[in-house]
Amino acid sequence: MSIIARPMSRRGLAGLGLSTLALPAIAQSGGAPLKVGLMLPFSGTFAALGENIAAAFEMHLAERGGKLGGRPITVIRLDDQSDPAAAPQNVNRLLSRDKADVLVGTVHSGVVMALVQASREKGVPLIIPNAGNVAASRELCADSVFRTSFTNWQPAYGMGLAVAKTGVKKAAWVTWDYAAGKESAEGFRDGLKAGGADLVQVLSLPFPETNFQPLLAQLPGLGVQAVGAFFAGGGAVQFVRDYAAAGLRDKMPLCGSGFLTEGTLAAQGAAAEGVQTALHYGDGLDTPKNTIFRTAFKDRTTREADVYAVQGYDAAQLLAVGLDATKGDVEADKALFAAMRGARIDSPRGAFTLSAGRSPVQNIYLREARGGQNRVIGIAAPALADPGTGCKLA
Amino acid sequence: MTGAGLLVQVLNGLQYGLLLFLISSGLTLIFGVLGVINLAHGSLFMVGAYVTFLVAKAGAGLWLSLPLALVGGTALGVVLERVLFRRFYHREHLDQVLLTFALILLFEEGRSFIAGNDFHSVPVPASLDWSVPVAAGFSYSAYRLAVLAACLVVAALMFWTIERTRAGSAIRAAAEKPEMVDLLGMDARRIHMLVFGAGTALAMLGGALAAPLYSVYPGMGDGFLIISFVVVVVGGLGSVAGAFWAALLVGLVDTLSKVLLPVGAGAAVYVLMAVVLLWRPTGLFGGARA
Repeated sequence: MSIIARPMSRRGLAGLGLSTLALPAIAQSGGAPLKVGLMLPFSGTFAALGENIAAAFEMHLAERGGKLGGRPITVIRLDDQSDPAAAPQNVNRLLSRDKADVLVGTVHSGVVMALVQASREKGVPLIIPNAGNVAASRELCADSVFRTSFTNWQPAYGMGLAVAKTGVKKAAWVTWDYAAGKESAEGFRDGLKAGGADLVQVLSLPFPETNFQPLLAQLPGLGVQAVGAFFAGGGAVQFVRDYAAAGLRDKMPLCGSGFLTEGTLAAQGAAAEGVQTALHYGDGLDTPKNTIFRTAFKDRTTREADVYAVQGYDAAQLLAVGLDATKGDVEADKALFAAMRGARIDSPRGAFTLSAGRSPVQNIYLREARGGQNRVIGIAAPALADPGTGCKLA
Repeated sequence: MTGAGLLVQVLNGLQYGLLLFLISSGLTLIFGVLGVINLAHGSLFMVGAYVTFLVAKAGAGLWLSLPLALVGGTALGVVLERVLFRRFYHREHLDQVLLTFALILLFEEGRSFIAGNDFHSVPVPASLDWSVPVAAGFSYSAYRLAVLAACLVVAALMFWTIERTRAGSAIRAAAEKPEMVDLLGMDARRIHMLVFGAGTALAMLGGALAAPLYSVYPGMGDGFLIISFVVVVVGGLGSVAGAFWAALLVGLVDTLSKVLLPVGAGAAVYVLMAVVLLWRPTGLFGGARA
């Protein structure tokens, strides 16, 4: 398996205005370019996610004229192929061979652990633009580890709270038997509890099995009024369709973490119509910031922006806050980290600040699938922070 | 669990078991008649599933992908037998394992080249995209019932062929007393080709039917291959009847254990295999032959 590391595309360079970066220009603009290593999946199942994160990150750099804190930025893309086994080696490549000053990555929650470890050991600033493992904001939190995404706990908590508010007293959760599934089940349970309802059963099957039938057939016997689920990608498509085919939707409405219907609505078709999910972003968020962002992203990439693009864009915004405070000096890490910790990011999702675990304190929106879109119909949990259990930072 | 709930789970178990039978019947025949351990059998199942996926993507349905899987599977099996497997009958099992493992890699690489590495869902045929209420609050998708029925029809055809036709008796003879086939002057090479072609077609048919139920993804055949080996061992190597009853047993045990004993569900079928082997070391329908 080859590991592809490539510099930014030519279009990206032009967009940044870096093509004009002759040596005298560097001298005038205060130092050699700062190297940002984007370790993301550019091939495989998550390639589309990685591309959107990278494109939006580079878009914000371009908006700032290719400089943050007065310092020109060079972006180094590295394809992590969502392969946890190759992750430590890939991180090492970015740090040792490419001499990256800042790390941004990644999508896969197994791969991100190698980045977190490197950041904790070497103090290199890390911004996580997707992976939702709670550990990075809890027991493994660190001064240098930031995220602009979510923890698996957050959307599920919002969903649990919203379901409890509809009068549901008992609910069940269905998921794959792996870390993200368990963490989201805990969020759903805590959200239900906060709304006065109970999680009576968690049904799970090994990742990435899709034989949901034995689990679905147990649901009518549980006496629950709602069912929540955490699945993503093809598994989510299959689950939502099987749930509808089993005729369960009338008695027990289906809900879930936003990923249940994110990027999958076309394949789910009528089976997803009316399914409610909770996430920190959604369709039809009618704020000026979001409108400008979506238009600019579409102009630049010809694709519609999604939650991944938002997270990538905000990763660049967060880095900008830090580098502005230190005038582009990444060695002044105390000042850099303090500025990033205290940042208030004007995100397309709505403004957010960071918790002690360096994770967004953000609105979790309630969305409903209608006509191929996840329309925002309300706020499931306003300004929600991950509990950050086990994180000793302030 | 209520009676209705149990009924639904039994239905789930039977449907899963019958699908396993399509895969394991070919596996057991190929082992029984040709003496080859075909690790690539799961890949053939995967190829069948991707046939349905690619056909659906091109806008056609199961009416095209099922015959394609059957005809294409037979042809692929015949070619594999003539070009590769024929040279391995008298070699050690280790050589056969190496050959078939190499085939797994080739099929996976081909799949990656043609269809990519993504997880894809496959639509249920529109004419079967409705549900039948089978218990209080639970419906069964018409397509699942159709798969169940189709597997039963295939099983019935197989038994009829094996028990009632000349070709079938030759296959039985080849599986049970290979030397008799030679003594009677039958063309063993044609029997081998027939068995391998049929086994491949059955695996691909299973995959083609399964695609709308399980989606298609890289390495999807691996899990089915391992569980099919359990079926073959429990049923008795080389016995199609054994594979049938063992497949139903494994399907039911797997499904019901997931419901009644979720913690140990993954291990239940292996416990079943261990118990059966302790009780009957040659499997449920295995003869005394070595």
